[in-house]
Amino acid sequence: MQPFTSIADLGRGLARGDYSARELAAFYLERIAAANDDLNAFIRVTEERALGAAEAADRSIARGEGGPLTGIPLAHKDIFCTDGVATTCASRMLAGFVPPYDATVVARLAAAGTVCLGKTNMDEFAMGSSNETSWFGPARNPWDRGRAPGGSSGGSAAAVGAGLVPCATGTDTGGSIRQPAAFCGVTGLKPTYGRVSRYGMIAFASSLDQGGAFGRSVEDVETVLGAMEGHDPLDSTSAERGPTRRSGGRNGAERMRIGLPSEYWTGLPGDLGGCLLAAAQELEQAGHALVSLSLPHTDAAVPAYYVIAGAEASANLSRYDGVRFGLRAEDPTDLDDLYRRSRAAGFGTEVKRRILTGTYTLSVGYYDAYYLKAQRVRRRIQQDFLEAFDDVDAIAAPVAPGPAFELGAVDDPVAMYRQDVFTTPASLAGLPAMSMPCGLVDGLPVGLQLIGPPFEEGRLLNLGSEFQQRTDWHLRHPET
Amino acid sequence: MPARDWESVIGLEIHVQLATRSKIFSGADAAFGAAPNTRACAVDLGMPGVLPVLNREAVRMALTFGLAIDAEIARTCRFDRKNYFYPDLPKGYQISQFDQPIVGAGVMEMEVDGATRRIGIRRAHLEEDAGKSLHEEYADMTGIDLNRAGTPLLEVVSEPDLRTPAEAAAFFREMHALVRYLGICDGNLNEGSMRCDANVSVRRRDQEGLGERTEIKNLNSFRFVRQAIAHEIDRQIAVLESGGSVVRETRLYDPRGDETRPMRGKELSEDYRYFPDPDLLPVRVTPDLLAEARARVPELPRDKRRRYREELGLSDADTRFLTADPDVAGYFEATLATGCGAKPAANWIMERVTGSLNRTGLDIARCPVTSGQLGRLIARIEEGVISGKIAGTVFDVLWEEGGDVDAIIDARGLRQVSDADEIGRVVREVVNDHPEQVEQFRAGREKVLGFFVGRVMRATGGKADPGQVNVLLRDALRGP
Repeated sequence: MQPFTSIADLGRGLARGDYSARELAAFYLERIAAANDDLNAFIRVTEERALGAAEAADRSIARGEGGPLTGIPLAHKDIFCTDGVATTCASRMLAGFVPPYDATVVARLAAAGTVCLGKTNMDEFAMGSSNETSWFGPARNPWDRGRAPGGSSGGSAAAVGAGLVPCATGTDTGGSIRQPAAFCGVTGLKPTYGRVSRYGMIAFASSLDQGGAFGRSVEDVETVLGAMEGHDPLDSTSAERGPTRRSGGRNGAERMRIGLPSEYWTGLPGDLGGCLLAAAQELEQAGHALVSLSLPHTDAAVPAYYVIAGAEASANLSRYDGVRFGLRAEDPTDLDDLYRRSRAAGFGTEVKRRILTGTYTLSVGYYDAYYLKAQRVRRRIQQDFLEAFDDVDAIAAPVAPGPAFELGAVDDPVAMYRQDVFTTPASLAGLPAMSMPCGLVDGLPVGLQLIGPPFEEGRLLNLGSEFQQRTDWHLRHPET
Repeated sequence: MPARDWESVIGLEIHVQLATRSKIFSGADAAFGAAPNTRACAVDLGMPGVLPVLNREAVRMALTFGLAIDAEIARTCRFDRKNYFYPDLPKGYQISQFDQPIVGAGVMEMEVDGATRRIGIRRAHLEEDAGKSLHEEYADMTGIDLNRAGTPLLEVVSEPDLRTPAEAAAFFREMHALVRYLGICDGNLNEGSMRCDANVSVRRRDQEGLGERTEIKNLNSFRFVRQAIAHEIDRQIAVLESGGSVVRETRLYDPRGDETRPMRGKELSEDYRYFPDPDLLPVRVTPDLLAEARARVPELPRDKRRRYREELGLSDADTRFLTADPDVAGYFEATLATGCGAKPAANWIMERVTGSLNRTGLDIARCPVTSGQLGRLIARIEEGVISGKIAGTVFDVLWEEGGDVDAIIDARGLRQVSDADEIGRVVREVVNDHPEQVEQFRAGREKVLGFFVGRVMRATGGKADPGQVNVLLRDALRGP
């Protein structure tokens, strides 16, 4: 068995009987056992459950009932609730919390026959761009263990990047799938807001949070998305849409117009810019046209994002009060003492910072200046994109201002927020966006971001697949 | 300054618990009365990752109410989060409606002392109820029961159009009747299905503008509304007359001490940091939805009262009694549908039916004598088949044993004797047997006629037609 095999090849191996799903699960579990002390990609490994699920998958395969994901090992970001398995969101606040329900994403992927190996590390409550805010300590970048895997879905990206699991789920609020995918050299897709149910996905910023997938290729991500997506009666904001299908450009055009927004492409460090431009030119050589365009409100995205996400988070995290579940202070003297000590001990610094700023921006006297203004900016940014998509079929952009940075190197919160400059605009606009490996800078992976109009994931998958047929960046992996 | 120089200004906020089967944002049973926390699902408990889904029935009920008070109804409305910490508020915010309520300005018509008053309704909005804190059953602790959490409420806010405690109580009563007519609330005050807060201020009769107001929380009976407001008015006048000023605050009414006192530890101007709930899409009030709601609006109390007076010729008192409770009005109208007269039907219901119900503690929905049988009973009196007195006997049989009016009359030989020969024979006998009384009648003592009627009725076992007996007696007594 080879750890960096595609889902399709693993499926063929299972079908041929080269190995059983149980053997496949055991193979990856061994890899996790060997590497996780070092990588810290998994918060929890659910070996027994995994082997049970794998045996069930073997029975399905034996009956000839398997689908493309039957028996395929996978990992869930620890933000997704798993029935009977502790779910912490990498927070001390949820230490010991065992949900009595599955997130819709978890239930659907289980129904598709996947074998969950465990829960992956992340920034606490998905608040961070480096995985360093995790209560369990940061996951590490498989390409350089001194570097961040990115965040917040850093554990999932690191696990797929290190070949500990073929695919994993993640969530993306302001870049939390795309940036770690880029840092760890894997493919990551954030679908259109509403494409994937948020039920059972622990809320950070509800109007932005969106579940998605990591894989070793566009095809793998596409396969996982196919099992996750679709309307869910338990989430009113999930869209009633048909399944994602590969599609061409506007009016089905095979040759697409790809926009390069000047706000994203100017001022990049030389080697990073060169690497990204070469990737864009690869698409041009494939017959697509590169068009430069402007998205004038890009600069305002990071501040608007941090106001809106903080505001929503301040309310979403109010339920962690020590009363019903999660961390509870011992021997409270009264109600306020219970709240104060439970929340002071349960939340980390970054989470507290965002709750405080969010509370502030929603307060009487500040609401208009911050929250409402940020909402107006958000509409402008949406408008920018929609107007751009009148002229182009997709947008190509960097994912992050540089490759993976060293752990501890970005210690100023605002500098950390600036990491999200290229990912927050698509989040605010609710658009599908994908990151795929497109080169190496100083031996570290770099990701190219493709952004599409709402519910045009199929167009991104088409372009991405074409790119991966012409290049081998996605096949590279760190030494094991 | 005497009390008559003061005017009080009162507005009510009435919380109407909507009679939906499930809760407003979850599928949990909304019925009252179960062991604590057995009717609260993961959504009601505010567990991590769960999401609210709007109960469309609550929307239809709110719209029905809006149409019944001729309110403005916007084409869209939305839900907001009202943020505050309290142990019986699981999410740390209440889902409510802030600046886009489902029901806008309307008007409610009511009668006070025979005059029609129109009370402005400022708005009505949907929200979820909180759970209950149980302070008394646990030493040094507070129990939390979340069965009520998520129960749908319609909060109706009146304009400060009420002027006296009696008027306020009448308004609450009218609202109680209306929501029961609309079938949107069971009206059970003991179970908290309707609760109200009263905003009260006083001003001198010649004063422009309003005085400082206080809010009295959680009044749950017509009597408490009247008493609490009356006491608060007296208190405010006393404060002002002794040179003090009214402090804006929230007060609680204590029916045992018959006084209001300030609520402890309640901050005056809490900042609830309302913002639109990103988990719920705006509600679109489509023409179809409105038409559905309109079809549910029955004849309203005010229209019924007009019809009873003008078309049925009933007195004000009868009308008031029969329309106060939609079940009583329904019973009355079903009785009329059998073809009997309105006045006798009203009398029977107000006296015999209500008396028996009160004696046995039943409500009219479970009255053992059906409206059909009552109508037949009244018809038999009108047809002269039985006398009113015998009808009372038949009613008692119906109440105790059930059955059919005609079958009871026949089986017990209660049919009225209207055979002129038979009655004439008895009349002659009675007249012959009492010569002394005959003399008295002939001397002009009309009252003696009653004596003879009584004797004849007794001799016929009550079955003689009293009208016929009268005529025949007068003939016989007039002499040869």
